[in-house]
Amino acid sequence: MSPIVLYTIISLSATGIAAAIILFVIAQRFKVIEDPRLDLVEDALPGANCGGCGFAGCRNFAEACLRSDNLVKLFCPPGGNDTMAEVAAILDKEAVEKDPLVAVIRCSGSFAHREKVNNYDGAASCAIASSLYSGDTGCQYGCLGHGDCVRVCEFDAIHMNPETGLPVVTDDKCTACNACVVACPKDIIELRKKNKRDRKIFVSCINQDKGGIAKKSCSVACIGCGKCEKVCPHDAITIENFLAYIDPVKCKLCRKCVPECPTDAILEINFPPRKEKEAEIKPDKGAETAVEPIASDNTDAEPKSE
Amino acid sequence: MFKTFRPGGIHPSDNKLTAGSEIRGLPVPGQVSIPMNQHIGASPKILVEKGDLVKVGQLIAQEEGFISANIHSSVSGKVLKVDAVVDMSGYKRKAITIKVEGDEWLEEIDTSTELVKEISLERHEIVRKINESGIVGMGGATFPTHVKLMLPRGKKAEYLIVNGAECEPYLTSDHVLILEKAEQILTGTSIMMKALDVDKAIIGIENNKLDAIAHMSTQAEHYPGIQVQGLKVKYPQGGEKQLIQALINREVPSGGLPIDVGAVVFNVGTLLATYQAIQKNKPLFERVVTVTGKYLANPGNLMVRIGTPVSALIEACGGLPENTGKIISGGPMMGKALNSLEVPIIKGTSGITVLPDTESTRKEIHNCIRCSKCITVCPMGLEPYLLMPMGERELFERMEEEWTMDCIECGSCSYICPSNRPLLDYIRLGKVEINKIRRARKN
Repeated sequence: MSPIVLYTIISLSATGIAAAIILFVIAQRFKVIEDPRLDLVEDALPGANCGGCGFAGCRNFAEACLRSDNLVKLFCPPGGNDTMAEVAAILDKEAVEKDPLVAVIRCSGSFAHREKVNNYDGAASCAIASSLYSGDTGCQYGCLGHGDCVRVCEFDAIHMNPETGLPVVTDDKCTACNACVVACPKDIIELRKKNKRDRKIFVSCINQDKGGIAKKSCSVACIGCGKCEKVCPHDAITIENFLAYIDPVKCKLCRKCVPECPTDAILEINFPPRKEKEAEIKPDKGAETAVEPIASDNTDAEPKSE
Repeated sequence: MFKTFRPGGIHPSDNKLTAGSEIRGLPVPGQVSIPMNQHIGASPKILVEKGDLVKVGQLIAQEEGFISANIHSSVSGKVLKVDAVVDMSGYKRKAITIKVEGDEWLEEIDTSTELVKEISLERHEIVRKINESGIVGMGGATFPTHVKLMLPRGKKAEYLIVNGAECEPYLTSDHVLILEKAEQILTGTSIMMKALDVDKAIIGIENNKLDAIAHMSTQAEHYPGIQVQGLKVKYPQGGEKQLIQALINREVPSGGLPIDVGAVVFNVGTLLATYQAIQKNKPLFERVVTVTGKYLANPGNLMVRIGTPVSALIEACGGLPENTGKIISGGPMMGKALNSLEVPIIKGTSGITVLPDTESTRKEIHNCIRCSKCITVCPMGLEPYLLMPMGERELFERMEEEWTMDCIECGSCSYICPSNRPLLDYIRLGKVEINKIRRARKN
């Protein structure tokens, strides 16, 4: 073995050992002591980094879970109660059960129901369109249809329906992360309580104009007539600024309000077919004869108020 | 020698169809809706109620807050309602609707056409009178004029700059004002010079209005300290910062005001309104509006009462052509497409442009080819090609670092882009979002 090779091996090994010692010392000195549970919590989370919890991402949320004494104010909407139970088990803390939520689109003004009064051909973004003007139909509250909500959804749960020009939420995929609610410049999307079999009843309109004006711009607008408020046995419906709102907590999904609505602004989704229900409602109405005249009075009064 | 600004600028065809036509008076309409948000700043306090009788020139809304302006009735008659009316953007805003009965002016208003050159008021009296008369910038920005006259402490104006550039295609309202009311405008300039305590004023007029330059120059000889300067035709020459750069070769610092370089800029329309307020005691309730369009039967420059619906103007100019694509309040570059024809004329409406569908629709958007034309034409030296994708990706803080707030929204970038990219749309979105971020930072 020539001495050159020998020297090379010796000098390289010496350099290597010296470097290893330096790295070891530095690694010891600047060691970050991390709770091993942090990784466990992060693994338990969905990992979508959607921001629905109010933190920058899943790891940030996991850190917050570790830091706080209890999990009362912390909730991962995409993971839901199962994930939170898992997190609670890892951290040995108590998790609070929350009702699962789902996003609903409170506008039914499809192309067929809302006449276009002008043409927007600017950049396809709801944020830009709404900063410029009220929209291409007569309704200043309605959906603009450029799909900002679709673009922000991390879970592929919301899509535009090309026939109606309105977004549609896929309930199974929606995690109620709130991203679309924030993205919508018209505040049309609302998170509502998720019921059994994804059933829901809600006023699919946020038009606050007087009845006549609202009806003129959109045939399925809420005109604030108050019929649903009267018929609701659970006091779940309130009317403010010519607009009805159904409280998702008080609503017992009895569906009495739906047939009352003169403009079909109240939607019922994922219910069994109407036929048998109608048969049920009719005898109901017949039984409560006292209600009948009031209802007919209302229909008479309706055109006058418009 | 004609001057101009650097860098940037574009040369759209000017289409000044109504350059030769005189100011026509539009008959007072049957009903007007006077919006309360006609100016930048706070809405004024409404002084009238339903059923009240008002006269022309009567104060109907009093300024409230530091940046605000008075609003006067433009007609005489009965207040029908104080309610929300659809404005230019399609949203409903507060407005006073008045049913016209006769045309009775307040007695204080001097209706004679005689020119009054003598300025009898003192400096602070001038500012007060302008404030009372509800004068705002009439070039389109509608910033309350009296606020502009209250210079920040320690700042001194050197130049009064008069904006007669009218670089916006189609519009000719400033042009006819110069031709027909040159002496009034010059007197207005002298009033402003007195109010600001400056001895130099420069009137900038683009050289596609040679008759206006000639007329103004001859008249200006009788007014000491006022000089007329011709400008090369280039859009956006009428931008405040561009005009200062072209005329006195000073650059307004980023985020600064013209007063930072010793200049104050007024539009010719504002100066005419000032003359009428100071010398004739007439508040701002009417203005010249260019109603134009290649297919309009009878385009022209109309003297219109504030609050008149746009439909009345178009009717007076021969009705709406069948091939109309867009009706724009203002000119084609910086104007805003209207949502409804019932929108009222406000203090800042300089024109109504009716564009045919063939010219008003945007073309198909393609990818950016990095030709850098948008950088070349940007009068503020920005990089629109870079700002647009930042806006799309919501990188608003980076946009702020790239000087997005300096954008004057002239639209030169979108105009020149060979790929028809909506550059300004996203920059404007960025500006809105940056303002939100800045407000959040302050709190």
